[in-house]
Amino acid sequence: MTWFTRRLRRLAPQLVALAIILGIISLIAPGFLTISVQNGRLYGSLIDILVRAAPVALLTVGMTLVIATRGIDLSIGAVIAICGAVAATLISDGYSLPVVIAVSLGVGIVCGLWNGILVAVLDIQPIIATLILMVAGRGIAQLITEGVILTFNDDTFAALGSGSLAGIPIPIYLWVGTALIIGLLMRRTALGFLIEATGINRRAASLAGVRARFLLFSAYAISGLCAAIAGMIVTADIRGADANNAGLWLELDAILAVVVGGTSLNGGRFSITASLIGALIIQSINTGILVSGFPPEFNLIIKAGIIIVVLTLQSPAIMTLFGFIKATRRSGKLNHGTKEATR
Amino acid sequence: MKKALVAATAAAIFATLASGVSAKSLTVGFSQIGSESGWRAAETTVTKQEAEKRGVTLKFADAQQKQENQIKAIRGFIAQGVDAILIAPVVATGWDAVLKEAKEEKIPVILLDREIESPKDLYLTAVTSDQVFEGKVAGEWLAKDVGSKDCKVVELQGTTGSSPAINRKKGFEEGIKAASNIKIVRSQTGDFTRTKGKEVMESFIKAEGGGKDICAVYAHNDDMAVGAIQAIKEAGLKPGTDIKIVSIDAVPDIFQAMAKGEANATVELTPNMAGPAFDALEAYLKDKKEPKKWIQTESKLYTQKDDPMKVYEAKKGLGY
Repeated sequence: MTWFTRRLRRLAPQLVALAIILGIISLIAPGFLTISVQNGRLYGSLIDILVRAAPVALLTVGMTLVIATRGIDLSIGAVIAICGAVAATLISDGYSLPVVIAVSLGVGIVCGLWNGILVAVLDIQPIIATLILMVAGRGIAQLITEGVILTFNDDTFAALGSGSLAGIPIPIYLWVGTALIIGLLMRRTALGFLIEATGINRRAASLAGVRARFLLFSAYAISGLCAAIAGMIVTADIRGADANNAGLWLELDAILAVVVGGTSLNGGRFSITASLIGALIIQSINTGILVSGFPPEFNLIIKAGIIIVVLTLQSPAIMTLFGFIKATRRSGKLNHGTKEATR
Repeated sequence: MKKALVAATAAAIFATLASGVSAKSLTVGFSQIGSESGWRAAETTVTKQEAEKRGVTLKFADAQQKQENQIKAIRGFIAQGVDAILIAPVVATGWDAVLKEAKEEKIPVILLDREIESPKDLYLTAVTSDQVFEGKVAGEWLAKDVGSKDCKVVELQGTTGSSPAINRKKGFEEGIKAASNIKIVRSQTGDFTRTKGKEVMESFIKAEGGGKDICAVYAHNDDMAVGAIQAIKEAGLKPGTDIKIVSIDAVPDIFQAMAKGEANATVELTPNMAGPAFDALEAYLKDKKEPKKWIQTESKLYTQKDDPMKVYEAKKGLGY
């Protein structure tokens, strides 16, 4: 079996789910799949999905690594708010774009390192350690924006959220680029392998010479970095930092995306690509609900219903059942064959 | 007998004097919910301004979204012997005990911007806006503005199930009931936020033939309208002319959009709840005139004709 088919087999449940969801939406809302060029940029609901998925997709990249170490990062929604607030403040104070981006990314990494200290050095359980910043983070963001929606008028920074390059919206470049860089870093070096080892058994990994503490630090730092990029996109998109609402509950969407992508919350083996398809599934559902014209009271029920179906299809019990059906059929044939032979 | 009469008169004069003094410098306690939104911050600022204007000493307590903090603050006000208490209640229930304590001390209580589920004799009055009426004002403006032309409206609702979302939707539908040419073709929740307002509007534009069929947007608050304006601009259309924008709240940013011609109308949810409250209180303390149990604030309509830049400058400093 070649490398490619093996990959495809790993991603098959997610890809099939995504295709079915897109198919159903296009039946309900005709014109959903059309893509045209308008004002020199690609335009259409599918493009909307790719653009709107940017924040969750970025968070998902970091979250996948953290979950692979058998951790979880609840703080990233709040980190979005903090980094957005920092970026908006600097932009309205007249700092240049590179400074704004560098400082915001730096703040995101610092937030991640804070989580890293709590988890790796103080050995606090990740869910509690990151809960601290989840709660405090919005307060910090509100202190930075002084409790208002901090708006700015800077077209170059706003382009991060709503601009386009060669017809493709910039947020798509940002999340695909980040995912590619981190994905290659994980799989073309031993980093990904070592993270998996740490996630499966930190003690054993340490004893085998893996620097588990450093890996935990880097996983949380990358998670903070991804949240910082997402924070800038969200802020640039509405030309303002909304400390109360920016990134609200996105950490839960990111966890969901990782789970839909088939990475276990118990740590160990992970797939960034599968998690990203999970993020696209979630955003497709969101956008699909909007274009389909259902009343908003149904939004959450529809979303939950689809997620249940996707997760059920992937569950070990159902997989075993499928395997069992396949096996009985094959053995049935086999028995038949042997009978023929004996006769 | 005579002595008693003199004593009584003296007491009466003293009492009048005393009450005269207290009317001149009223002390009022104000228990605010917190500062969770710009509007809330503006309400605090305006309340302080109104108190200063009338020479009222205002004792301010921020409850940080917690009822127990509010109850603590009210008990504190009672212990300090304030002349009246203003409460912006964070929740609707659980106030009976502390309100009874205030009543026993004969301290009148006025509710600001939200009502509670307590016996009506426990508080003097409630000053709130009428959310259904706000929606109705928006709807009637649109009906008048489009005249007899056919008009497809898309609606950006507030958080599903929240009372402003339910009431502002109901009011708008009442406002356009008479105009059969106006139809709400799409309605979705934008959670009262800019981001969701923009995302939902993008989808609406795609679902309604590139936005050319949409004649107006009705947003349950200004923030979602600001998001929708950006979505319309990015789709290559002109907000305010190609697609009309009408929303509720009247926060400063929408006036900036109005000045640029990108928004058409907004209905004010006034942050000045304290003004009418102080008026009612003064009338009550002066000649024991019981006000009505509900004082409705004005839901003023602002359009591009109302010099939006001037309103923006006036509202900018209120802490929105």
